[in-house]
Amino acid sequence: METPEPLKLTVDNLACARGGLLVLSGVSFTLEAGEALVLRGANGSGKTTLLRTVAGLQPAEAGQIAAPEDAIAYAAHLDGIKPTLSVAENLAFWASVYGRSDHRAALDAFALGALARRPARNLSAGQKRRLGLARLLVTGRPIWLLDEPTVSLDADAVGMFARAVRAHLNEGGAALIATHVDLGLESAGTLDLGTFRATRPGQQGAFDEAVE
Amino acid sequence: MIALLIRDLRLAMRAGGGFGLALAFFLIVIVLVPIGVGPDTQLLGRIAPGVLWVGALLASLLSLDRIFALDWEDGSLDLLATSPLPLEGIAAVKALAHWLTTGLPLVLAAPVLGVLLNLAPQGYLWLALSLLIGTPALSQLGTFGAALTVGLKRGGLLLSLLVLPLFVPTLIFGTEVVRRGAEGLSVSTPIALLAGITLGAIALLPFATAAVLRVNLR
Repeated sequence: METPEPLKLTVDNLACARGGLLVLSGVSFTLEAGEALVLRGANGSGKTTLLRTVAGLQPAEAGQIAAPEDAIAYAAHLDGIKPTLSVAENLAFWASVYGRSDHRAALDAFALGALARRPARNLSAGQKRRLGLARLLVTGRPIWLLDEPTVSLDADAVGMFARAVRAHLNEGGAALIATHVDLGLESAGTLDLGTFRATRPGQQGAFDEAVE
Repeated sequence: MIALLIRDLRLAMRAGGGFGLALAFFLIVIVLVPIGVGPDTQLLGRIAPGVLWVGALLASLLSLDRIFALDWEDGSLDLLATSPLPLEGIAAVKALAHWLTTGLPLVLAAPVLGVLLNLAPQGYLWLALSLLIGTPALSQLGTFGAALTVGLKRGGLLLSLLVLPLFVPTLIFGTEVVRRGAEGLSVSTPIALLAGITLGAIALLPFATAAVLRVNLR
């Protein structure tokens, strides 16, 4: 976490475990400004585990992760939405956590303007997801780690999301996306986690599904 | 951090937030005790400090499991942990929000309820003061316990068992302050010890809580 200036996420020979079981080993990639990398792999192949490790929520079993300080914004399966707060209040909270005040643009980017004053408990699953993704915009962080961002989004909303990612990349951001959906990001590279699957003697084919 | 405090307070005030739960529980306990014990005013006056403190302690125990459990369930805790806020700060703010929504109302209500238990007149000041000094420690210890049990389904029972022994010193010195105050004796020793526990808890426990959260979030 030292390199201050150029935006670059480097993952070198990373191994991560889930529930005490090694899921991935030897994962290496770099992500620079303007780049997106799509993580692919079957259920349980360790996409979430890798993202959580890169986000710093769990320690790496081996290898290094190098990223500029305070550059990473993580979006998990759950959106961290408080049902009793309104859409705008939810976003405003996250904006102020990241030391920013403007959440208007984020509302508009995900067409939430009309819902701004509605309590989040009344939102549909797709609308909640859009609110969760809008949170990324208010963080102002350059590297996005996205875990299945398009779950429960309709075709329009997926388009909205793809536009937001593209705009983010054009502004010099970067994104690491675990998804099964084709976002139509021309410049995005692909990383198939199946090839980094950690195998240990006696455990071939028997490792747990690492859900969530 | 202030944003987090405001959000937690706002959540507590909104429907289903649990604000007032502790206060209502405290009220019920203190109203029921004289009915159960009978109209012996001298006996009531003697047990008043203990009953008031035990009532306050149990009331603040009620809402402890919500401190982190709700944020855990909706994913906010993961997102907060990856946000620029230090986890130690999050732990301290969570404890402060718990105290403001639980401890402080108890402090304000206790002198009123002391009347029901025939607390000696000179004890009221010490009752309010001892709760004011002691309840922040309960919130801090409870936040630590909540961090230990975060992620466990129905962790409330385990949480109560974990933190109750930690509450005992605060209970002993808190009750002692009120008892001595009510009898007109010097309270400086128990009040100093009570304040010592609280200050120690405020200074150290956020770090322990953050360490435990880091392990539990893996």
